[in-house]
Amino acid sequence: MDKNISFTLKVWRQKGPKAKGTFETYPMKDIPTDTSFLEMMDILNEQLISEKKEPVVFDHDCREGICGMCSLYINGYPHGPATGATTCQLYMRRFQDGDTITVEPWRSAAFPIIKDLMVDRNAFDKIMQAGGYISVRTGSAQDANAIPISKEVSDKAMDAAACIGCGACVAACKNGSAMLFVSAKVSQLNLLPQGKPEALRRAKAMLSKMDELGFGNCTNTRACEAECPKNISISNIARLNRNFIVAKLKD
Amino acid sequence: MTKIDSKIPEGPIAEKWTNYKAHQRLVNPSNKRRLDIIVVGTGLAGASAAASLGEMGFRVLNFCIQDSPRRAHSIAAQGGINAAKNYQNDGDSVYRLFYDTVKGGDYRSREANVYRLAEVSNNIIDQCVAQGVPFAREYGGLLDNRSFGGAQVSRTFYARGQTGQQLLLGAYSALSRQVHAGSVKLYTRYEMEDIVMIDNRARGIIAKDLVTGKLERFSAHAVVIATGGYGNTYFLSTNAMACNCSAAMACYRKGAYFANPAYVQIHPTCIPVHGDKQSKLTLMSESLRNDGRIWVPKKLEDAKKIQEGKLKGKDIPEEDRDYYLERRYPAFGNLVPRDVASRAAKERCDKGYGVNNTGLAVFLDFNEAIGRLGKDIVSQRYGNLFDMYLEITDENPYENPMMIYPAIHYTMGGIWVDYELQTSVKGLFAIGECNFSDHGANRLGASALMQGLADGYFVLPYTIQNYLADQITVPRFSTDLPEFEETEKAVKTKMDHLMSIQGNKSVDSIHKELGKVMWECMGMGRTAEGLKTGLARLKEIRKEFETDLYIPGTEEGMNVELDKANRLRDFITMGELIGYDALNRNESCGGHFREEYQTEEGEAKRDDKDYFYVSCWEYQDNDEKEPVLLKEPLEYEAIKVQTRNYKS
Repeated sequence: MDKNISFTLKVWRQKGPKAKGTFETYPMKDIPTDTSFLEMMDILNEQLISEKKEPVVFDHDCREGICGMCSLYINGYPHGPATGATTCQLYMRRFQDGDTITVEPWRSAAFPIIKDLMVDRNAFDKIMQAGGYISVRTGSAQDANAIPISKEVSDKAMDAAACIGCGACVAACKNGSAMLFVSAKVSQLNLLPQGKPEALRRAKAMLSKMDELGFGNCTNTRACEAECPKNISISNIARLNRNFIVAKLKD
Repeated sequence: MTKIDSKIPEGPIAEKWTNYKAHQRLVNPSNKRRLDIIVVGTGLAGASAAASLGEMGFRVLNFCIQDSPRRAHSIAAQGGINAAKNYQNDGDSVYRLFYDTVKGGDYRSREANVYRLAEVSNNIIDQCVAQGVPFAREYGGLLDNRSFGGAQVSRTFYARGQTGQQLLLGAYSALSRQVHAGSVKLYTRYEMEDIVMIDNRARGIIAKDLVTGKLERFSAHAVVIATGGYGNTYFLSTNAMACNCSAAMACYRKGAYFANPAYVQIHPTCIPVHGDKQSKLTLMSESLRNDGRIWVPKKLEDAKKIQEGKLKGKDIPEEDRDYYLERRYPAFGNLVPRDVASRAAKERCDKGYGVNNTGLAVFLDFNEAIGRLGKDIVSQRYGNLFDMYLEITDENPYENPMMIYPAIHYTMGGIWVDYELQTSVKGLFAIGECNFSDHGANRLGASALMQGLADGYFVLPYTIQNYLADQITVPRFSTDLPEFEETEKAVKTKMDHLMSIQGNKSVDSIHKELGKVMWECMGMGRTAEGLKTGLARLKEIRKEFETDLYIPGTEEGMNVELDKANRLRDFITMGELIGYDALNRNESCGGHFREEYQTEEGEAKRDDKDYFYVSCWEYQDNDEKEPVLLKEPLEYEAIKVQTRNYKS
């Protein structure tokens, strides 16, 4: 547990959305393997600050794998080599002494770079605003147990609802598609009886917003599913497609 | 002396809220469109308030520092949310939830507020289910419950180990719907820097666009702060990295009283500190205490061997284990409230029985549960938490007991508010963790989510109208007014000053020093002497900050270090407030434990004769001047104040 490793970091640096970016190389010495990847980035930043240089900007917040803020593309994988984990849950014991570790931002046309490793994921909020809700007024709900929902359906809705909106699916997809994200939200709401009245409208509205914002199409490569830190299943995409076709037929 | 008016409505406790709603003033629909409300924060309280107010017809401006409202730290709450539904038929009721919460808070909360909280708790569950929150269900299709600390009934609703996430996403959905409808305008990656006061009322804010670095002005008829707690004053806590108390400090400097800052919650089940590079602590949900048993070795020599790595937890035979919570508190056992469990762990570790290499950890053991329920069921219940533990510590909790230690988690203290959730500044409201109102000296598990949503969905949308009703003739304010000009200038001057220091120390290095002092002198066990030392050291840290801070880059554009420095300045002031309050309160209650005031058995010893009040601290001229203490006496009519007992 108390082992230390040394390695080389190659980090994408870019001053602003329109600036030209470049890789910078930083040697990292004696990093304890029980530090998290982001704590290792903190160490790098402290080092840079002590040399009176500007630290690397990256998104991060809860550091326990649930807020969806952290978003590093490490050695060619969103959230790095571990499966079912976010960048903040990645520990340095996954790496070897002497490694070269490449760190990039999410790469997608719909997520423009703000600075260094930080990207703009506002597009996800916009998709949510297009239909990611059940229209219920505050205070107008009936008793919570008035509609029984089978455990099976409720569990499926929960599986889909586990999405943290980090955007790894988009970053992993060669088409830059947001289908896994959209389908997870649509599935959660459309599976539940409360979400049924708006189900078809929701599927259509969220999908057309996704297209409008410059995300690509889904070609079933399953890269999103493989990289999703919350193991969201692509069966949600199939469900969304069924909803969408029914909606179109009804038009 | 200023008299503090908590505006508690007349009548018996069970009728106060109904009476209030029946007689409060309302704003008619056409007038709502003419009134603007700023809501700062998008956690459970902020998002639910913004959504509800927007839906009612007000024009809402909603701000968050993250890139999306969904990132607010409410998202990380694991265990659940309490409500008095009594779906389990185990004798629960609004009164019992009210009683447990007041008792859990060690009789230091305001009775009327807590009763209202218990009363609206059931509406919250209804609302969330209607929004599509996938709470856990039984095979019959009805909602499931689990138990939490400080209660003898099962009243906690949950969505696996991600209840906070699901509730926040529900509120975020409702908020997104209002953004789509045009009633709420959302500002992401914006940080509130100051409140703008016009004629002694809050009328707007100065906010910084964190991407461009520019200061911007926003005006409104009322300002609502929903910016969470101040746990990060201690540097290491379970809070997210961006959690800060700067908005609360801005309110405090504008005259809002800061109440009970000493009441800080230390959560008993966190993964122990592992090194000096650590950036935060990770919580293991309290729900684990439903099936996990907490123990340390009975024999000091066994503890020594475990500390040296020569023995593992599983090597200690049953008869040599001390299940100290079950021993000391037979009636509640492993489910005693958080403050009690944390102190008991500290007591054992202080005596040398701690179990990791630093001696600062106790075991949380699932061996008995695995034997009783089977590994599959334990995995179904806690699988995600076990995986998280394994990833962080590289130890398999199915084979070896988990190691846990208390860590800073939640702050019960906060901006003082009256029954209407209005601060002592007119037009300025505070909701959620950032106010002080409902948890007294200690919060029970699964009550933070309840309070955040109660404030945002069901309390503030009513009470704020009582204020706005006489504002309908007030036109919108121009942000060119001199008040906006001056406040923006003051913020700019402060930023210029921080950039001009150009010393040698990074923000984080000073923040770590602050955290160390806070944990050592103002943490789990406090003494008058320690607190005085702590306060003196904070003065040195402030001096160091003011003279030796280094921020790279410029004020133009994004500067993360500048933003962090700005927050650190406020954490130092917050630390002093905690110190003053802890020193003043010569008693032990809830999360505030003064070692001088304990029973022979080591339990907290309250002093109801001298300290049965809310401490309200009033800001004086500048941060270095000691604040003035005002007192809001507590008056209990429904509950008899007594010594907390979890033994029988």
